[in-house]
Amino acid sequence: MTLIDLANPTRFLSLATRALPWLAAATAVLLAIGLYQSAMAPNDYQQGATVKIMFIHVPNAWLSMFVWGVMSVAALGTLVWRHPLADVAAKAAAPIGAAFTFLALVTGALWGRPMWGTYWEWDARLTSVLILFLMYLGLIALWRAVEDPSRAARAAAILTLVGAINLPIIKFSVDWWNTLHQPASVMRMGGPALDHAFLIPLLVMASAFSMLFLTLQLAAMRNEILRRRVRTLQMIQVTKSSRRPA
Amino acid sequence: MNPMSLGPYASFIVTSYLLVAVVVVLLIGWIAVDYRRQQRRLRELEAGGTIRRSGRSATDIK
Repeated sequence: MTLIDLANPTRFLSLATRALPWLAAATAVLLAIGLYQSAMAPNDYQQGATVKIMFIHVPNAWLSMFVWGVMSVAALGTLVWRHPLADVAAKAAAPIGAAFTFLALVTGALWGRPMWGTYWEWDARLTSVLILFLMYLGLIALWRAVEDPSRAARAAAILTLVGAINLPIIKFSVDWWNTLHQPASVMRMGGPALDHAFLIPLLVMASAFSMLFLTLQLAAMRNEILRRRVRTLQMIQVTKSSRRPA
Repeated sequence: MNPMSLGPYASFIVTSYLLVAVVVVLLIGWIAVDYRRQQRRLRELEAGGTIRRSGRSATDIK
């Protein structure tokens, strides 16, 4: 099967339906291993047991940006290549990305209160992630406001690409400005600064959440294709009933 | 020290994990309910005599 085959929604539905049980099982296994390793990880010498919050906060923070990146590629697919599944992928990803961003913000706040002494600080990293969350909500609202999916797709694609400017701002905010948030400790020049006792549970949890995203994304795309079929059939129904003689 | 001991900030740690669990379960539930809803609407439309131009069932995704 080639990539071009996936441009056919029926073929995509068939593939997604076959892949979903395997992806769900892989997610469950990775989550179980990750949660066990997180529970067994030693306490940090500074953070104590609150380091365990990092095992869920960091994967959600990474995915909050990754999902917007996926939507940006899909936006190019809509505007440049007019791929039939590009806007389906973008629309399906937005609520999932919003959920990951919400979790990154709230788990960050719950870590910040005992470690920084505050739930929230208007610093560059926290504020730029809050803006990302608001952009997700704006995008979801846009999809719901415009009834015609192809018109909504073009507007959403432009908004997504404009919003992608925020991704490097989030990533480098800790380097460009003096923030309360600590600098990158995993994805950085010179390799991760974390001890293996923390790095391994973190990477397993990140893999589990990535697999969760893939599973939810395929399922949500399948729903969106079915929703469009419902819309098409409803339009056929309206056309048929309007042609009937009075 | 027992790694399972969560120390003085246990409530923050437990709340974080519970919140993530609740949001993930809600997300899974919402997607599962939406799937059933779309399938039901397609079946209702097809039962009412509205079919795709290809003639294939819209719910046939095997």
